[in-house]
Amino acid sequence: MDYEIVIGLEIHTELKTNSKIFCGCSTKFGSDQNTNVCPVCLGLPGVLPVINEKVVEFAIRAGVALNCEILPFSKFDRKNYYYPDLPKNFQTSQYDLPIAVNGHLDIEVNGETKRIGITRIHMEEDAGKLVHSGATINSSDYALVDYNRTGVPLLEIVSEPDLRSAEEAKAYLEKVKAILEYLDVSDCKMEEGSLRCDANISLRPRGQTTLGTKAEIKNLNSFRSVQRGLEYEVARQEDLLDDGGRVIQETRTWDENKGVTASMRNKEQAHDYRYLPEPDLVPIVVDPARVAEIRANLPELPNVRKQRLMDVHGLSEYDASIITASKAMADYFDQSLEYNADAKVVANWLMGEVSKHLNNEGITILECPVTPKQLTGLIALIDKGTISNKIAKTVFEEMWTSRKDAEVVVKEKGLVQISDTSEIVAIVDGVIAANPQSVADFKAGKEKAIGFLVGQIMKQTKGRANPDMVNTLLREKL
Amino acid sequence: MELFKYTAGQLHEKLVTKEISAVELTKAVLARVDAVEKDVKAYITQTREGALAQAQAVDDKIGRGERISVLAGIPGALKDNICTKGTKTTCASKILANFVPPYDATVAEKLAAEDAVVIGKANMDEFAMGGSTENSGFFPTHNPWNLETVPGGSSGGSAAAVAAGQAIWALGSDTGGSIRQPAAYCGVVGLKPTYGRVSRYGLVAYASSLDQIGSITRDVTDSAHVMNAISGYDAKDSTSINVGVPDYTKSLVNNIKGLKIGLPKEYFVAGMDTEVERAINKAIEQLVALGAEYKEISMPHTEYALSAYYMIAPAEASSNLARYDGVSFGHRVEGTDIIDMYKKTRSEAFGAEVKRRIMLGTYALSSGYYDAYYLKALKVRTLVKQDFDKAFEQVDVLITPTAPTTAFKLGEKTNDPLAMYLQDVCTIPVNLSGMPAISIPCGFAGGMPIGMQIIGKTLGEETIIRAAYTFEQNNDYHKGFATLGEV
Repeated sequence: MDYEIVIGLEIHTELKTNSKIFCGCSTKFGSDQNTNVCPVCLGLPGVLPVINEKVVEFAIRAGVALNCEILPFSKFDRKNYYYPDLPKNFQTSQYDLPIAVNGHLDIEVNGETKRIGITRIHMEEDAGKLVHSGATINSSDYALVDYNRTGVPLLEIVSEPDLRSAEEAKAYLEKVKAILEYLDVSDCKMEEGSLRCDANISLRPRGQTTLGTKAEIKNLNSFRSVQRGLEYEVARQEDLLDDGGRVIQETRTWDENKGVTASMRNKEQAHDYRYLPEPDLVPIVVDPARVAEIRANLPELPNVRKQRLMDVHGLSEYDASIITASKAMADYFDQSLEYNADAKVVANWLMGEVSKHLNNEGITILECPVTPKQLTGLIALIDKGTISNKIAKTVFEEMWTSRKDAEVVVKEKGLVQISDTSEIVAIVDGVIAANPQSVADFKAGKEKAIGFLVGQIMKQTKGRANPDMVNTLLREKL
Repeated sequence: MELFKYTAGQLHEKLVTKEISAVELTKAVLARVDAVEKDVKAYITQTREGALAQAQAVDDKIGRGERISVLAGIPGALKDNICTKGTKTTCASKILANFVPPYDATVAEKLAAEDAVVIGKANMDEFAMGGSTENSGFFPTHNPWNLETVPGGSSGGSAAAVAAGQAIWALGSDTGGSIRQPAAYCGVVGLKPTYGRVSRYGLVAYASSLDQIGSITRDVTDSAHVMNAISGYDAKDSTSINVGVPDYTKSLVNNIKGLKIGLPKEYFVAGMDTEVERAINKAIEQLVALGAEYKEISMPHTEYALSAYYMIAPAEASSNLARYDGVSFGHRVEGTDIIDMYKKTRSEAFGAEVKRRIMLGTYALSSGYYDAYYLKALKVRTLVKQDFDKAFEQVDVLITPTAPTTAFKLGEKTNDPLAMYLQDVCTIPVNLSGMPAISIPCGFAGGMPIGMQIIGKTLGEETIIRAAYTFEQNNDYHKGFATLGEV
């Protein structure tokens, strides 16, 4: 049967505040276990939370950027469940009155723009981390708890069930991530767990208006997981329905290694969170003037920046959207232009060599060993004719590992392009003399033969001969 | 007169005039503890060495000619649900039997800043759940006026210690009457401030939206002194009120001319002791004679307050007490897996009343029951509060009995939780409203003290202190001292 896929995403993102949501502890990632803790985040008897105002500000910023309505009166609630990484055995979150509601985000998939509804955005605290003694939870004799992450502020962004494919889900997640990065509210490092994603997914026969039974998929913690996990789940539900079976409402977890989703708990085993208003915090009252101020001071968002790259710098829509998909990439681009490099050339380098190297090493542009200034230095050498495009790639390679400036690399390695006519003429003469057959072939009309001769000349000059000059001189001589 | 029988105000005079030293005073109170603690059992932990060191520091200050605050060098007790850095804070629960907080409650810090001497942590009903201190996970406390009766609760240890001369002042906490009712039973003065007037930071939570720390003292003057020391906004408590603190001793004025007092008729419930009712009526007559204007008031939602309380407080408690799971602090019983460990730890270390309230609260918050119980109770709370708001449009203070009876016998109500809960029927509505109230001695019945409750409007502590002080200055009830079987 032909099914329509219905997906809604719940995105959890850690906010990059200096301190935790309800206490003054540092949020630094990678500290020694249980060093960023205090009585409050350890949930010791008698402690009370105090809201970090920065968290509210970041939440409003995200809400405004995602076209939400900011509620003038919202509150925190306790979500009660027992788990050893949760010191109080309740998570302070927001239930019926979240900070932001009714937003939307436009995404582009296959050249079409689609509007995805955003149900709500709420603030909450993160839990700690369990460190199991064995390789897996089942093979462990014991687990230890690291409370450093306990109380790190999170935003949960819940979409409407408006996504119709794994691809749309991935595009939506990428767009949300880009916006959060542009807003400077989150690092969105999926590998460090600062951006996490759960999905609700159901199928229904195309044309049916009521929703099918959904499964909630947890642990979709990379873009790859989102796409693979959802594709797997679509196939699983499809097979189930085609075989006359039923999808049961349950929570499933994505196993990245096995490439499958597996049942975690069904509806009967589902938690009853027994929400209650958090009595230790007062409601959050947001003055419309504050929202207006935050709106007015919102940083440039991806769409606006993309348009700027097209209008001001003449990039194609395709190039502009790739460059602006990551704020860090776009920042790198802008910084490069400060050194008077040509926008199009910089864009090509970023989308070409730079991205290739980043991907190979699995790092982000923030960790790029070649700085914008160095990259523009390299481009300047090409412009001046000091090196060829081809040599430039070699130089870039060397800059990447040594972190040296392009000029230094070129000098040290003797890669300066030979543009001296007499020097090249001598080599051209030598190659013609040594390859009579190729010369004859060329004269007989075999255009290809000249390629071989150029290759010989480049070989002798280790690629340093100015290719245009080589071509011109060779044809003259022949 | 023995030193332990004086009030803080009186002792302060003796200290500054160098009639006595702080060390001498602390030793006198510790000697009193040695003499009567075996009968009263007011303390879970005594902090003798620390107390003597604090006293010595005060003597040093006096010796250097420095000015000292009123509570400096005066020995007192903290209820054992107030966190004290380096000193066990148990909440009278086996689950926290060995818990030593790494931090001080804000009130403990404030008292230390005043150089007050703390001689121990007072017994209580486990996690402040109860009205007799019989729910202590360790031992019951006895009423110094009659050792066969209860001191009330949950701050029974604090009230008994002050009544027995084992502390000059004490702090308690009041969620549904836990300061006022034991103060009434023990013939001392108990003040529950406005919710938010005193920081709750470091008070181990029972029901966060109702809990409030307050004072238990021998007279109203000392209430004012303790309130001056502990009140005020605290950035660590989001629910604390950011309004300046007046000097409460300025309200120690023997004059209530023109004060409008209201008597809510709904508080004279069935089962009220006739002698208690008579004492209150007599007190009202006296207050009128002293110049107050009297008015009968109706507060129609009073009868639902108790039920609402027993939804809201247990609901919050079920969440507040979830952290006692054996994972990172407190008592642990090993289990076959984490769930088993939770179950064994909590089954073994929580007492029956705590379990009862956790179950009540868990049920009230469960999906499908939330609207019918918890949400309904919140609505009732609003109605109860509106009753108070309306009453205070007509009068300045409300006067009621603090409890329907005097102290009952140990064991008398332990098998009848509802009868026990009814002892809080006059105090609970005040917590639901968040308003301040004080209980002062207003008579005796069968040799046992009777307490009168004076309720004020939000942040109306000054008015209730003035009314209480005036009543006290025109009577001698507070001057009686528990005999403890002595002649």
